Amino acid sequence: MAKKRSTLGTRWNWLKSITALAVSVFFFAPFYIILSLSFKPRTDRTSYWLFPKEPTFDAYAYALDRGDIGLAIINTLIVTFFSVILVLIFGAIAAYPLSRHKTRLNTLILSCFVGVMMVPPLSVLVPIYKELVTLGGINTYWGIILLTVTYSLPMSVFMFTNFIKSIPKELDEAALIDGCSQFMIFPRIILPNMAPVISSVLILTSVSIWNDYSFQLYVLQKPKLKTITLAISSFFTEGNSNMPAAAAATVLSVLPVAIIYLCLQKYFIQGTMDSAIK
Amino acid sequence: MKKEKQSMRRFIGSDPRALTLLTLPAVILFIMFVVVPIISGINISFTNWNGYSQNYSYVGFDNYRKMVTDPQVWTSFRNTLIYGFGSTLIQTILGLALAMLLSSKFFFRSGARTVIYLPAMVAQLIIGYIWYFIVTYERGALNDIILLFGGDKVDWMSKGFRAVMIITFINSIAYCGKTMIIFLAGLQSIPAMYREAASIDGANAWQSFRHITVPQLLPAFTTSLVLNIIGGLKMFGLVVSMTNGGPGYASHSLSSLINTLYFANQQAGYSAAVGMFSFVFIVFVNVLLNKYLQKKERQYNG
Repeated sequence: MAKKRSTLGTRWNWLKSITALAVSVFFFAPFYIILSLSFKPRTDRTSYWLFPKEPTFDAYAYALDRGDIGLAIINTLIVTFFSVILVLIFGAIAAYPLSRHKTRLNTLILSCFVGVMMVPPLSVLVPIYKELVTLGGINTYWGIILLTVTYSLPMSVFMFTNFIKSIPKELDEAALIDGCSQFMIFPRIILPNMAPVISSVLILTSVSIWNDYSFQLYVLQKPKLKTITLAISSFFTEGNSNMPAAAAATVLSVLPVAIIYLCLQKYFIQGTMDSAIK
Repeated sequence: MKKEKQSMRRFIGSDPRALTLLTLPAVILFIMFVVVPIISGINISFTNWNGYSQNYSYVGFDNYRKMVTDPQVWTSFRNTLIYGFGSTLIQTILGLALAMLLSSKFFFRSGARTVIYLPAMVAQLIIGYIWYFIVTYERGALNDIILLFGGDKVDWMSKGFRAVMIITFINSIAYCGKTMIIFLAGLQSIPAMYREAASIDGANAWQSFRHITVPQLLPAFTTSLVLNIIGGLKMFGLVVSMTNGGPGYASHSLSSLINTLYFANQQAGYSAAVGMFSFVFIVFVNVLLNKYLQKKERQYNG
């Protein structure tokens, strides 16, 4: 009886494995197509499904050279790096009072921040553009960074406050009794405990800023400041017939995130879960 | 003077209200890039500003009056609803099915999780350009398969409503990995003894799913609903890269329409008015959604 059940179990597991494999093939197909296309010579007219018999790196050379994908990656790195640092600092220090002291002002601030998460950027981008023109922030790193930070902060404040709530308040009180000033509690007591949530916020924010399109489209209009999404979109819209190069540019833009994702998968999944907890 | 200084020091040192000062950087940014733009957006929406000129005049409610009868706005509004609620429906079903499949241990389980979640790392805009090679008419990968089986090529994105459906579908496929993770987390949090108890009581698989799994997953449903609806209603990059709103204006979302009105048509005033409409609409949907879900959760938790 026991044996019969286990063979049924194995058979069931094989069925699951095959289903999972089929689903994965379906999900990976679009990526396979741009990969195979990116290794084809420009003149290759074979089906997108066929991998080239003699793969070449011509398309990559073209994308890096004429498409300025290298420059775009550097620009995106600059914007992402500085924005993420500011999001982490501003988000963490703001989250401490908001999670510890439920004053009327704090509750109001928190609900305003969380409300921003649902604002579609495009609904306010026309006035933001106008404001940045007045401030001289168009085509500047500080313009795009401050704007990006503002719209990335709500998520980080949300995740940080949820996490700090789970740290026992008794720790704060003990520190106060021991003569710690209330402003020192955060760096001395809370911050050392925040490593897991910091890694989650770091990962989620980096990916979303790396992938941003709407803010960058409005603020960065000089070709020299083009970020990845802007560079890719000009590849596809400026009447370019070099499809392998467009595919290569796309692969190059996805590659950094994909590699980091494959190495730190555990943290990406943890991050997604953290962001979902109410 | 000295007394004032002392009481100031006491406020900073021990009054918890002083800690609110730590939110200052975030609050300043919030005022600069959220509050001011909303007010100025309301202001711009009453003008005929073209987006760059110094001169413009106030036109009262003209932009809003025009909006009510503008078929482009209504089509975009309908599309936005389809993008938002359609994606939510497909992603919830797909995400839950994938989570159920991948929750027990078997060969290739983690491989499948990795692949399914991978597109969620990629920008909407770029997802659209990747899928372009599949749905495009000339040499498109999908048409190649149809030709292989002796069918006729289809110009997939040439009809407005079909384009809207395809974009909704692609959006759901690309980002259902996130929903799957949320449901996986939910499934793991259900104690195994619940299902064991049910099977001892003679419940079949469907009954156990309906009466144990679904109610226990309610928080996960809530989160995925809220995230997907907000995400779908914000839809922008994918529309731009797949159709740029075309054919004509048939597949625009409100966001991509605002962008076109501003950049291509230079109707900044009108664009701001549509922006205010989409802002108010999304806030409205979310308030309603939150109220409903809170009530529902309270009912289940007794």
